[in-house]
Parts: sequence; C-alpha cells; structure tokens
Amino acid sequence: MNRPGFFPVWQRNFLVWKKLALPSILGNLADPLIYMLGLGYGLGAMLPEIGGQPYIAFLAAGTICASTMNAATFEALYSSFSRMHVQKTWDAILNTPLGLTDVVAGELFWAATKSFFSGCAILVVVTVMGLTNGPLALFILPAIVLTGLAFAALGLIWNALAPSYDFFMYYFTLFITPMTLISGVFFPTDQLPGWLALIGAWLPLAQGVALVRPLLAGEVPTDIALHVGVLLATTAIAFVIALRLTRRRLLK
Amino acid sequence: MAALNVSGLKKRYGDSEVVAGLSFAVEPGTCFGLLGPNGAGKTTTLRLCLGLTAPDAGDITLAGRSIPADAQVARAKVGVVPQFDNLDPDFTCAENLLVFGRYFGLKDADVRQRIPSLLEFASLTSKADARIATLSGGMKRRLTLARALVADPDIVFLDEPTTGLDPQARHLIWERLKKLKSAGKTLILTTHFMDEAERLCDRLIVIDHGRKIAEGSPRELIAAHIEPQVVEVFDEAAGTLPAFVDAHRQLADQVEQSGETAFFYCRDPQPLLAALAGADGLRYVHRASNLEDVFIKLTGRELRD
Repeated sequence: MNRPGFFPVWQRNFLVWKKLALPSILGNLADPLIYMLGLGYGLGAMLPEIGGQPYIAFLAAGTICASTMNAATFEALYSSFSRMHVQKTWDAILNTPLGLTDVVAGELFWAATKSFFSGCAILVVVTVMGLTNGPLALFILPAIVLTGLAFAALGLIWNALAPSYDFFMYYFTLFITPMTLISGVFFPTDQLPGWLALIGAWLPLAQGVALVRPLLAGEVPTDIALHVGVLLATTAIAFVIALRLTRRRLLK
Repeated sequence: MAALNVSGLKKRYGDSEVVAGLSFAVEPGTCFGLLGPNGAGKTTTLRLCLGLTAPDAGDITLAGRSIPADAQVARAKVGVVPQFDNLDPDFTCAENLLVFGRYFGLKDADVRQRIPSLLEFASLTSKADARIATLSGGMKRRLTLARALVADPDIVFLDEPTTGLDPQARHLIWERLKKLKSAGKTLILTTHFMDEAERLCDRLIVIDHGRKIAEGSPRELIAAHIEPQVVEVFDEAAGTLPAFVDAHRQLADQVEQSGETAFFYCRDPQPLLAALAGADGLRYVHRASNLEDVFIKLTGRELRD
C-alpha cells in the first residue's frame, strides 16, 4: 500500500471549502478592498506620490501581502483549531495510517492555499484597476505563496498552544497588527524611528512587501534571494516548532 | 501469531501510573474485552496499542508490527471506533467514507465501489447524502463503525461503542459486531456494560488502577469469582431488611449489602427463597449471577469519577 502523506488532509479541507467557495472568496475580498479603496482614494487624495507612484498603487502592494497574511493566519488559527480541538477531525485522522506530520503539513499547505486564493483575488482586482505594470506582476504569485506559507506555519505554532479561541486575539493584537503597521503596508517604513524600521524590515510581512511592491510597479526587486530565504526559513523553522508543540499537545 | 500482544506495558502521567505493568494477548478472529471502571486506564491502553502515545516501558505488537515504531504501517490493517464520535460534520455520510478511505491511501474509485455495502452494513443506505447533523446518535455510531471498516481491516478497536445509545441501537450494533467476528475480524472492545462484554467477548481482562485484576472468558470469570445464583432482596417498607439479613445470613455463601438492597450469593438458593416467601415488606429477584456481579466484586461498589 502506498503511504498517502499529507495530501488527503489538504484534499479534505479543499472539499469543505469547495462547498462554500464563492461566499468565502467574496468575504475574504470585501474587507481588504474596502480599506484599500477607502484609504487609497480618500487619504491618497491628500498625499503626494510615494516613491514616484500614487498612494493607491503603494497601498495595493501592501494590501496583497496583508490580505494573504490575514487569510493564512485565520485559517491556521480559527479553522485549524476547530478541526483539531472542537471537531476532533485530527484525532480521527491519527487513527489511520497517517501521522501527525501529515496532518500538520496538510494544514500548512491548506492554509497557504487559501491565502493564495485571497492574495490572487486582490491581485485580480488591482489589475482590473490598472495598477499593474507589465508581466513582472506574474511573479507576485510565487511571492504570495511564500508569504502564505510563512504565516500559515507561524499560525500553527499559536494554534498548538491555544487553550481556546479567545487566545487568538492576543496573536492579532500583539503580533499581526503591530507588524502590519511597521512592515510598510500603509506607509513607507522610513517614517519610523530607525530601530523600529529595522525590526520591521526583518519581519516576514515586510519580506513579502519587499517582493510584491516592486513587481507591481514593473521593477525587479532587490535582494530577492534574501527575501525568499527569510520567508522559506520562517516557514521551515515555524513548521518544526508547530509540529513539536502539537505532538506534545495531542500525543502525550 | 496474536493479533495484538502487549507485555509489561507502563505509562505514567505526572505522579499517577495510568498503566502499571499490563500484559495480554488477543488471538486473531476473537473478540477481546478490556473492562474496568472509569479511570482504570482503558482508553490510555488503547492509545498505546495504536501508537498514539509512547509507553514508558513494555512491548506492543499489533498486526505483526512493533508499536509505536511501526504504528503507521500497522494502522493500515486496523479500524478504530473512538469513544466520542468525530465524524466530519461538513460532509454527507458517503463523503465521510470517501474522505476517510483517502487517509488509507485507497483510490476514490475503489472506495466509491465499497460505499454502498458499507452503508448497507450500517443500515444507512437511505442516508448516503444526509448531513451528519441530521443523524441520530445510533446512526452516527453505525456510520463511525462503517468508517472504521473502509479499508477492510483485520483488527477493529472499539472504545465504548454503545455508550449513550438506546436499547434498539445497542442491539443493532451488537448484531453487527457479531457479524464482523464471524467474518474473521479481530475485535478489541472496551466497555463498562457487562451485558455487552458477556454477549460479545470470547476473552476479557478486568483492569483497575492500570493493573490486570482478572482474565478469562465471561463464563470462566463467573465460575471462578462468584457463586452461580444471586438473590437480590429489596426493602419495601422500612427497616425489616437488616433483621432479615442477620437472621438468614447462613443461607447464602456470601451476603453483601448496598443501601436498601442485599445481595445473597448462593450455590443453592432454595432455603433462602423459602424464607423470603414468608417475609413481609421485602421484594426479591432471583437470577443467575453474571459478569456485573464479578466486576463489582473485583472493583468494589464505590463510585469512580
């Protein structure tokens, strides 16, 4: 018998999602678009160009990354927690030939997949609005994948530690929201004190922004290997930690 | 070769030794019962046998594989009916089976071919496209049993398979489990329903505080631990029972009192029954002794929480 690995776990989640695909995509699209359009045109009207581009274009790149991050994070926290803790879906799977590595990897790739749908949906809207500049924008797709993977893996760490849904609020208020503000999503980080900008630059969201913003503007990003490397390393290290913590939680 | 062989198994959580040196073997094609009060270590023992947690000491062989090292390979030959239903609420009955088959590496086409017979086995043919939320407790249990059979396992673990079910639903499950046994499957069952164990199990062990305190077939255990006849005497009016017990104690081999009931364990109950015929304010039931009497004798009458 062949060992099926993580794929059936991913497939299970995909099958559930397929039943509610359209409302799910629209729901994931509405919130970031409202912010992007509201801030982009409302606030943007009062702002000069940033780095030679209108504010709405600057913000579009940040929105693609932030909405990828949010989708991956929500899936790896709330949805994975439902499956692990409330529905006991993971327990059921662990009674089969699959192991915990398969389960957690399936969840990682699924959360990344779902965030890919979200990031792509924003990218499509941004393209329709005429904010892309040439075929380099296609390389935004792999950048979305890398960003989604990193945040899925980070979310799974918190999932493994969570006693209840309430616990996830801390993750947003202590990590996600501050990071969004210092990673150059809404404004350039050179507005920040030097030390804070430095911290922000190393956070995974900033790595995604550093890739997506130039690609959207039709330019080749600088330090590609560094940004890709940091995102991949974040994914790998966070996954190993998440797996270990989940093992301690479920298989003690 | 035994379907499951456990020797010297130990597992400790903090200060409490949940499994304290357990050994047993399950022959293929038989139904084996793991009995014990709440907190005796039944579920932990099952988790250890499935490789879901590592033992502190001892050896486990399941389906010819060493556990936990080769647990994932061994589990390909094993079905599990867990204590609490964990069916997938987002799917229909048929989808639950299809998705579960994938976890075993089965092809969708092969599982789809098996689904009608699995649903029929579970008496759920008409519910193929029903959502889980619309099923009764008994239907969910039956679907969980069908799900455990999706990869045609040799060994099926059942953790309290009929807890919370009404009598009709329990009888249907029992009938299906007997069918599985006659089809050559090995069943490993935990329960605290003694009538369930007596009906289904070829052999069983009673565990308490993580230790084995008795082992044998239901009949052997009854013969070894208790007199064959029981007369239960209840106080109907007030207060005549203690005097009756004192006066007739010598008519039984053992007498045990619990609240308003006295249990007389006898080889020959006739003299006692004659005495009861003339007693006022007492009701009685005369029956053959059963596994529950043995169980209570072995594990005591105090509540376990």
